[in-house]
Formats: sequence, structure tokens, C-alpha cells
Amino acid sequence: MKGLHLLPWLAALAVYFAAGGYLSLGTQVLIMILFALSLDLALGHAGIVTLGHAAFFGFGAYAAGNFAIHVHGDPLAGLAFATALTGLFGLATGALILHTRGVTLMMLTLAIASLLAEFANQAHWLTGGDDGLQGIRMAPLLGAFRFDLWGHTAYLYSLTVLAAWFAVTWRVLRSPFGRSLDGIRQSPARMHAIGTPVWRRLVAAYGLSAAMAGSAGALSAQTTRFVGLSTLGVLLSGTVLVALILGGTRRLYGAFLGATVYVVVQNVAAELDPFRWMLVLGALLMAIVLFLEGGLASLGDLAARALAGRRAGK
Amino acid sequence: MPFATVLLDGVSYGMVLFIISVGLTVTMGLMRVVNLAHGAFAMVGGYLAVILVRAGVPFLLAALLAAAAVGVLGAAAELAVYRPLYRKGELAQALMTFGLVFVVIAALTMIFGPEIKPLPVPGFLAGLVDVGLRPYPAYRLFLIALGLALAALLWWTIDGSLYGARLRAAVDNPRMARALGIDVSRLYTLTFAAGCALAGFGGAIGAQLLPLEPFYALRYLVLFLVVVGVGGMGNFRGSFVAALALGVLDTAGKYLLPEAAAYLFYGIVLVLLLWRPNGLLPSRAAT
Repeated sequence: MKGLHLLPWLAALAVYFAAGGYLSLGTQVLIMILFALSLDLALGHAGIVTLGHAAFFGFGAYAAGNFAIHVHGDPLAGLAFATALTGLFGLATGALILHTRGVTLMMLTLAIASLLAEFANQAHWLTGGDDGLQGIRMAPLLGAFRFDLWGHTAYLYSLTVLAAWFAVTWRVLRSPFGRSLDGIRQSPARMHAIGTPVWRRLVAAYGLSAAMAGSAGALSAQTTRFVGLSTLGVLLSGTVLVALILGGTRRLYGAFLGATVYVVVQNVAAELDPFRWMLVLGALLMAIVLFLEGGLASLGDLAARALAGRRAGK
Repeated sequence: MPFATVLLDGVSYGMVLFIISVGLTVTMGLMRVVNLAHGAFAMVGGYLAVILVRAGVPFLLAALLAAAAVGVLGAAAELAVYRPLYRKGELAQALMTFGLVFVVIAALTMIFGPEIKPLPVPGFLAGLVDVGLRPYPAYRLFLIALGLALAALLWWTIDGSLYGARLRAAVDNPRMARALGIDVSRLYTLTFAAGCALAGFGGAIGAQLLPLEPFYALRYLVLFLVVVGVGGMGNFRGSFVAALALGVLDTAGKYLLPEAAAYLFYGIVLVLLLWRPNGLLPSRAAT
């Protein structure tokens, strides 16, 4: 079974050689996977239902973009800067709002995201406002690999960052800290009763998730060399929710599956008719909640169980 | 900008918010469902009124017919979409209703196109009325009167009628209400339909203030949710106070500090929600 874990990564490498002109779409997929993975940590594991996760994606994107313009074009330095800053922003907002739960918390996440979007809309000197942040120039990666027109460097760079974050998440979720998050999701009262500092754990998880989303945003800014206001928008918060749920929360590769299917199908369908795609997407979301709560990643389980059941029946 | 104008503009805007959001307040308190699709019902009401007005139906009648139609749609949605959600977590509820919003937005765009659909005010409301010192738009005064009348009617329904007593019982303790022989499921459907009808009515009647376009359902959702959150779920009086307060604050912000209006609004919302997570006037039922 261990070999199965290599499969998604081998597939990602195969895409690198096979995608040709679609490599930049592949980079988009990788970035969306990372973003969905960050949401899985906050929402899937810690149970923080957020409707404003795009705030962190956009925050990271603007941070990386401004770093490249005003400080230095080195991608890794920019990535580190954006990740750290977004993580701090996540810790600060998390400390503020994670006392609440349920609908109040959802609205607070929404209000913070809206506040940030409004700020970005008006702070022309920092974000370029409606026109977006332009003029981002990236230095070669590690001083050796230029970001080429076909997106070879961008793809491998994004894949490496995704793998690094995946390893971090994997490690964190298997630590006592990660286990306590799952406990808090299931019953904050009981976890509190056995002495877990619930609020502090939630804030820490939220900060980590924000840092991860900030990395995804930074990758987006660095590889497309543009940051628009939509990186902070409600629609992106909704998109990442859909991508994650489609694949399945709390599944190791749920975010991978969901984000890939989402971005690829949307790219194909949106060329035909964006609103017909929205219709399909909405219906799909409802169907998944009603009939397939584990997302696409649980289809494998269902198939396995059906097979096992048949065998047992014989 | 004269103080009285800001106040009247804010109150009339608050009344529209109240008419649309009050149904959401009651259903979220009653059914404890995270309903992100409420704005979609208001939007559908507005579009139906547009169709009717274009077909020659008078404005007010069109708004009432649209409200009735949205009520029927709401009852159908409660049975088909919301009923399976009661036993699921808030995440599933949020996603399901979010999906419903997507479907409605896409459907309306495919039928009507993405542009704003104007819903003209009828002749008798288009003019100005002299209120003491200066003339003021009749339409806004009409909204204020209508909002007050509806609030009074709702107050009587919830506090004075048998239906209201059952409703309050079910909000406080659905199991006990069921044990006492109240048909809570039917109450859910009825209340949900009524809340949707009110939203549809508000969507039609307030189309001048909240312009109708397919993304209406998402754009103003935050506003409706905030009224519910600040007012307190299931708290009808709280939502009245919250809607008026938010209407006045938002309007005052837009007139007095046009650049900072949006910050001011979300800032106030943030502070209010953090200060009183269960709403301004927490009801006994608020948990």
C-alpha cells in the first residue's frame, strides 16, 4: 500500500512531461491543491468553518508581489516573507475570532475577508486597486532557473513547494497537536474538560492554515506575475470550499483530487459557457452533500466495501 | 448633508433589510439551519415582479404575487432541499445552500442575462412629498410605512396568535413542542415559506435600493446574515433593531465618509459580533 502514496506525485511528474501547452494550467492546479490543503487543515481537521479563506490567499499574493517589486525579486525569499506574514495575519485574526463558533464565526470570517478586500480595493499605492498589482519581475530561482515562457520552472517550483507543505501537514496531523485538533472538532467541551487549551490550539491551527494559504497565494503571484482583486474575493473562498468538498475533507489526497477535477473541468467548461458550468457546479455540490459526503476520494472506499461485501456474501 | 435626510434614507434602507432578513432570523432560530440561500429567494421575488410589471400588472400587486410565488417555492425547497439537512452538521448545511445559490444565479443569468434589471417605481410613488421642512421621495416614505406595518403585523402574529405561540415553543424547545402535540414539521414548512415570501416581497419592493442582478444573492447575503447575527438568531425584535441600526449606519457612512464607508460598516459588524456573539438582544432561546 505504501507505493500508492507515490502515485499522485508520479502523476504530477508525468503531467510535467505530457502537458505541453497546458503546463500553466497544471501550475494552477498545483496552487489550488495547496490552497485546498490549507483549508482542509482548518476546516476538515480543526472544524473551523470559514467562508473567507481567500483572505489569506490574497494576502499572501499581495505580500509576495510587493516583496518582488519593492525589495527583491528572489522567489524563495518572497515566498518565505509572504508565508510568514500571512501566518502572522492568520494568528492575529484567529486570536480575535476563534472565541466564537457556528454562524457567528462564519460571519466573522466573511466580515474580515470583506474588510480586507475593501482595503485592497482602496489602497492603490499598495495593491494597484482595480487594475491589479502589475510589474512583478522575478529573479531566477536559486539564481539559476529562469521563469520561462512555457512555465517549466513555475510548475516544478510549485510542485516542490506543495510537496514540502504536504510533508509538514502530514507530520503535524500525526503529532499529538494534530490529534487534538480532531478531538476539538468532534467535541470542544470534552477536549476542554480533559485539559486541552482549545482556543490556543485552534488559533495555532488557523495560523498554520493561513501560512499555507499565503504560500499558495505567493506562488500564484510569482508564477503569473499578476495579482488581482479576485484573489481576495468571496467567489474564491467558495471555489476552494467546493474544490475541497468535491475531493473529500480529511482525506490525505482529497484536496488533490477535488482541486484537479475542479480546475480542469472548469477550464474546459468555462470556455463553452461559464454560467452553465456554475449550474453544474451548484448541482454537484448539492448532490455531494446529499449522496456522497466523503467526496470523490470516498468512492474508492465505497467500491472496496462493495467488493468486500460481495466476497463475504459468497 | 442634512441630518434628517440621512436618518430617513437610513431608516427606509433598514426597513428593506428588515423585510428581507426577518424570515431568515426566524428560520435560523427555529430550524437551526445555516441558510446561505436566503438572498436567492429575495432575488427570485424581484425577478418575478419584473416579469409581472412588464406584463402590465400594477407594481404593488406584482410584488404581492411575486411574494406568494416565492412562498410556494420556499415550501418546495424546505421539503426537497432543507429537510435532509436538519440532521447534518453546519458545514453540510452551508455547502448545500451555497450550491443552491450557485444554481439560482446560473439559472437567472441564462434566462435574463447578467445585466441589472430595472424595476420602475409606479407613478404615485415616483414624486416628492413635502414633509415639513423639505420635499422627500414618496417611495422612501412608503418603504418606512410598509416596514412599520409589517413589523407590527409580525409582532402581533408572533406574540399574539396561536401560531406564534406554537412557533415560540418550537424555537425554545422543539422536542418538548413535539411532545405536546405540535406538528413541528408542518410548522417548519409553513414558517420557511412565510419567511421566503417576505424575502421575495422585500426583493421586489426594495429593488430601487438593492438593484436586481444575478449576483444579488451573494452580494447582499453578508448584509442579511449580519442582520441575523447582530440581531440574534430567532430574535425577531432584535433583527428589527439591528436592520434599522445597520441601515442608518451604512447610509450615514456612505454620505459622511464615502471613502471609509465600507471599513466603517464591516468594522462595526466585527465589533458588534465580537462583543455580543449571540446578538444585541439575546433571546432566552439563544444558546
